[in-house]
Amino acid sequence: MSFDLVANVVVAGVLTGLLYGLMALGLSVIFGVVRVVNFAHGEMMTVAMYAATVLFAELGLDPFVCVLPVAAAFFVFGYVLQRGLINPFITRPEHSQFMLLVAVAIVLVNALLMVFGPSARNVQVDYQLESFEIGKILVDKARLYAAGAAIASAVGLFMFFKKTKTGKAIRACADNHLGALVVGLDVKHLYALTFGLGAVCVAVAGCAMVLLVDVTPPLGPAYTLLAFVIVIVGGLGSMPGALLGGVLIGVSEALGGLLVAPSAKGMFSFGLLILVLLFRPQGLLGKKT
Amino acid sequence: MSKASAALALLAALLIALPAFAGNYALSVATLILYFAYTGQAWNVMMGFAGQLSLGHALYVGVGAYAAGGLFFHYGIGPWAGLGLAIALCMALGLFIGFLAFRFRISGVYFALLTIAFAEFTRIGFDHLDWLGGPGGMFLKVAQRDSWDLANFRGPPLMYYYAILFLCGAALALCNLLLKSKAGYYWQAIRENEEAAQALGINTFRWKMLAVAISSAMTAVSGVFFAFYYNNLFPEQIFHISRSIEIILGPVIGGVGTLFGPILGAAVLTLLSDGITDGLAALGWEIPGIKQVFYGVVLLAVVMYLPNGIWPPLARLFRLK
Amino acid sequence: MKRRQFNRALAAAAAFSAFPGIVRAQATKLKVGVILPRSGYLGFIGQSCQKGADLAPGVIKEMLGVDIELMNADFESNVDTARTRAERLIQEGANVLVGPFDSGAASAIAQVAEQRGVPFVINIAAAPQITEQGYKYVFRNFQTAIDIVRNGLDLIGDLFQATHTVPRTAVYMHVNDTFGQAMTKGIGAMLPRRTQLPFKIVDTISYDPAAKDLTVEVSKAKAANADFLLLVCRLNDAIILRREMVKQRWNPMGIVSPGSPGMYEEQYFKTLGKLSDYSISNVPWYNPNSKLTKVVEKAFLKQNPKDKLDFHGLNAGFTFEAILIAADAYKRARSTDPKTLADAIRQTNIVDKMSLGGPIKFNDKGQVEGIGSACVQNMNGLPTVVLPQSAAKAKPVFPAPYYKKT
Repeated sequence: MSFDLVANVVVAGVLTGLLYGLMALGLSVIFGVVRVVNFAHGEMMTVAMYAATVLFAELGLDPFVCVLPVAAAFFVFGYVLQRGLINPFITRPEHSQFMLLVAVAIVLVNALLMVFGPSARNVQVDYQLESFEIGKILVDKARLYAAGAAIASAVGLFMFFKKTKTGKAIRACADNHLGALVVGLDVKHLYALTFGLGAVCVAVAGCAMVLLVDVTPPLGPAYTLLAFVIVIVGGLGSMPGALLGGVLIGVSEALGGLLVAPSAKGMFSFGLLILVLLFRPQGLLGKKT
Repeated sequence: MSKASAALALLAALLIALPAFAGNYALSVATLILYFAYTGQAWNVMMGFAGQLSLGHALYVGVGAYAAGGLFFHYGIGPWAGLGLAIALCMALGLFIGFLAFRFRISGVYFALLTIAFAEFTRIGFDHLDWLGGPGGMFLKVAQRDSWDLANFRGPPLMYYYAILFLCGAALALCNLLLKSKAGYYWQAIRENEEAAQALGINTFRWKMLAVAISSAMTAVSGVFFAFYYNNLFPEQIFHISRSIEIILGPVIGGVGTLFGPILGAAVLTLLSDGITDGLAALGWEIPGIKQVFYGVVLLAVVMYLPNGIWPPLARLFRLK
Repeated sequence: MKRRQFNRALAAAAAFSAFPGIVRAQATKLKVGVILPRSGYLGFIGQSCQKGADLAPGVIKEMLGVDIELMNADFESNVDTARTRAERLIQEGANVLVGPFDSGAASAIAQVAEQRGVPFVINIAAAPQITEQGYKYVFRNFQTAIDIVRNGLDLIGDLFQATHTVPRTAVYMHVNDTFGQAMTKGIGAMLPRRTQLPFKIVDTISYDPAAKDLTVEVSKAKAANADFLLLVCRLNDAIILRREMVKQRWNPMGIVSPGSPGMYEEQYFKTLGKLSDYSISNVPWYNPNSKLTKVVEKAFLKQNPKDKLDFHGLNAGFTFEAILIAADAYKRARSTDPKTLADAIRQTNIVDKMSLGGPIKFNDKGQVEGIGSACVQNMNGLPTVVLPQSAAKAKPVFPAPYYKKT
């Protein structure tokens, strides 16, 4: 096992992990604040990916440019979804929430199947298959750009929650629901806003993901699961936690695949999840409740 | 006889007599409904009684199926011994997961994710266990299909139908008994207010573990049935999260924690699924995916407007409660 | 009518309906139940197979003068549904079942078919166990995984001979699913005994078919520094692998499959463009020169004007042949009684067929022996038969032009 091989694999693992983290970012925000178990998370990202492929096919827009219109649309979609459909479920038991979003996921996946058919769609841009050469390490361009988007989004969100008034208000709702109501915050609106923001993250992740993965209707569920694993490992409601969790999963899967068996990669992430749940349930960067 | 018992007796009579007037297709659908009704009822014990949301129940079905299937495949040992092994293994597994959860105070969504993690971990693990067939699957030899061979659990579809009907009835009776027993009262107390129950001196840990053990043991039986009815097992299919979701659809739609919820839910969902397929075929709308969209929308509607499931309002309607 | 006469008439009618075989035998159409996964994760392949089914009635009417009616069912890539749909089709009068592409569903349907005594002709399913159960009503006109590997390895030997190349090492990558596992077992058993194959496998890398990221796998494979890549794959992972190979600048002599789906499918070409060229699959295939192929191709293009048979040759071809087998048996049996049909199927001997290899004849396990494979290489955006020479449309190219000796 040469050093080059390990180095390449680790670098790829970090970059992929950052992209996973970007995908999980939205879930962390939603789950951390609204406390709703969004089991349609992966499906929402699939819709974003399809949107990017359509914009690419019709208007020739690079996926990173697509982010603007898709994110805007998703913000509205997320806001409306939360306000209209999900809000009454916040106080309902988890199995009800789960069932609601499973139903939403079923509808989304099969509506996509009806509209787009079963064949995969993708975008084809010039830099997609190129890599930077840094010594003996090859860095995949598309992954690097996606990782950049992940960090930018995380920083943006972090700033929003730390510095802006609305951001602080949302954090207040998450920390103390009753208290927020008492001080007169429009909690319903803030929750919907948060869901919208989470949806925006999903949109960005989708646009980045479409550079690396072809989209098919049943793509969602695996990513939903992955997002939950990352959020739990990294820590609920923590933006850097989502990215850190993503990187950890990315690297552990990469090393596990390299040293043990690639087909058993998945066992490492689930093993990690079990360990975190048992010994540090608030996640690595989460706050103890 | 109370109204409820009369209705139940009528239903039982109908189900026992079903094969006489139903065709083979209806029988196969009925078997499927009862299978999900039984497995849903088993899950319901963990959820409704111990209040723990398990989203990885396919784990027990799979382990039970492979335990009995493996014994039969490798050593020719019949399903009754396999049943013993399956129940033992699944109970141990359930108790292990339950212990971890309660000891480390994992509940709600976290517990659900823990169960998912265990199921997925096992799925990938079995995919690498060539001794049990690996990803290529384990194919059990199907000997003969005409006469009832209960010792080896081989026979015509009619035998399987009555077997699963019997299991359903037994599960119902067991759950009814449990609910009315000391365990039932303790579970209700724990569900209502766990801290108060503890203050009263109830060992909540022990009773919750009991529910988990019963649930996983019951689900193991489901797995054994599955192994000998389908005669082939693939880790990708039997441990898959979609199977776990299928298991909970019945109880959640029917009514979590209720006695008849799982059965009603399983019946409604399977008939709905077939009904939609037929309806769409009649209309000529045979676009792939459209059936599942309708199905999803109905699911959505039920979850939104009947939050406690179909059974409670139905029971109230017929004044069976 | 007097009561006694009425009663007798009633009894006679009852007697007739209790013996549906007699009543059905006077029907003039063969009802073929086609069970395919048109939705769910196998949806893409199921729809491809369906194209072969849809063109069958017309072609068969012309060829054999026989009327067949298709009863299509979608089992939604779900084994439970496969079972109930099969029961449903039989109840609605299907005389024979055809399908289902997936081995798990095939096993479930086989049990139903055997139980109900209705013949079931499998179009595509590679698990060997299906025809080892002693079934009397289950027939398969497709290679088992063992046959696929044997033929594949032989063709690979022929490939090297035809191109005068002697690669010494190969890195073997395979999906870890039912197909990949069966192929791996086969290769492990057969490769050492094939002394005319000059190469050794220096590393084996198994990967998850659902994985969206194969960076680690490709890194490992590249590090093995082998002459070529021996690959058992599915469609989506084949695409991801090819892309990753470009990103990691790994250019072996070629990508050769001893028998797996993926690289000859339309999406591989559409997604990868020029990158799809030169990949080689050794798979059961249709004979481009056979008379029947040309007839089927015409019908295919009429029903799918924007498509090409080349991409659906395997899926649609074998599905069509399965229905052809049923129709041919019906023509000989002159009855739709299931048992008679099953007996007739057992006597099948179709020489004029679409797929490569010897005539369609079932052995006592219900399996057709001697179905041929072809070495299919991607050239100019189409899967092209390059071996055996009798069916070849072009000469094989190996090593690929992108090969860079390290």
